[in-house]
Amino acid sequence: MITSLGERHLLLRHHEHGHGHDHGHGDLIETKTRGSRRIKVVKRVLDANDITAGRNRELFACKKVFVLNMMSSPGSGKTTTLEKTLARLMPEMKAAVIVGDICTTNDADRLASSGAPVVQINTDQFGGDCHLAAHVIEKALDGIDLDAIDLLIVENIGNLVCPAEFDIGEDKRVVVLSVTEGEDKPAKYPLMFRVCDAALINKTDLLPYLDYDLKAAEETIARINPGMSVFKISAKTEDGFDAWLDWLKDQVRVKLG
Amino acid sequence: MHEMGIALEVIRIAGESIPAEHAGARIERINLKVGKLAAVVADSLLFCFQVASKDTPAEGAELVIEQIPVKLYCRDCGRQWTVEEPVFVCNGCGSAQVEMISGRELDIDTIELVDEDSDDNQPG
Repeated sequence: MITSLGERHLLLRHHEHGHGHDHGHGDLIETKTRGSRRIKVVKRVLDANDITAGRNRELFACKKVFVLNMMSSPGSGKTTTLEKTLARLMPEMKAAVIVGDICTTNDADRLASSGAPVVQINTDQFGGDCHLAAHVIEKALDGIDLDAIDLLIVENIGNLVCPAEFDIGEDKRVVVLSVTEGEDKPAKYPLMFRVCDAALINKTDLLPYLDYDLKAAEETIARINPGMSVFKISAKTEDGFDAWLDWLKDQVRVKLG
Repeated sequence: MHEMGIALEVIRIAGESIPAEHAGARIERINLKVGKLAAVVADSLLFCFQVASKDTPAEGAELVIEQIPVKLYCRDCGRQWTVEEPVFVCNGCGSAQVEMISGRELDIDTIELVDEDSDDNQPG
């Protein structure tokens, strides 16, 4: 996933306009055929998003903030996982949260009880979107004192398709899935599992009551993203949280030193 | 689900790509490359494009979507291959050191403008 992101950024730099390269609009190659002119464009459609994401990433680097993009399907237990994660992290780390939801502030209200500053984004103010785009994060940053935090967690919209496509300037990406969903979820949403660095398989406390094939899910993830860290957790009992939190703290430490 | 946003970007970029000397020209065709792994539904994109291009230089233009296969490269054995299933492990040596060389594109490749000055458009 790091590779594919890297590839995208290379492409972006190559085609970015207005930054002093002499190719700027030199990419325009015109061929004339009968009755029409063909103009070479070669531009990523999400160029504007990637440029904003790059700007966010530079700001986070400058302010020494580690940013985690948390994605999942609806109902996977992402907010509970985040609540418990914050409760355990906050004593040693200063964190803030950006929560994306199409409507309601329920998640923000729950998360605020952790003591972490929470910025709620309702995407219907931004066009009823299905993901958080980089410019939405940029805007939400107005409400967060980046100098006062080490860790910013973005709780993305519950959706396994669109958020995978939009870089927001994060350092790492985590996908939460739960054992009450099908074990074939990773195979159905390969891009999400390809672009994420870690997967949290949640609600393991329910395994005795379900026919969920945990091994099959893990094998599928390993085929899609062999380097992915997979943590089996229960946000209810906090079973498996030590390994997940150690991973997260390590990632923050690697960036912030 | 975000096809409308993508359609709007396509229309914006295509419009901005019309060279100054052809300002006011109508776009006849937009050639788009979309990787098989890109989170885009072609039918929705075509529908959104049709709606969103109204009153823009791209109104009435044909949106041609070329689907790009997912191609992988193994950093260990140098093998290159196309996958139909989401398996990102080398099918030659089993290595996990696999890079995606194509399949995530969402690029405007070219636009085609109606050439109003063309001899073909002249009567007689």
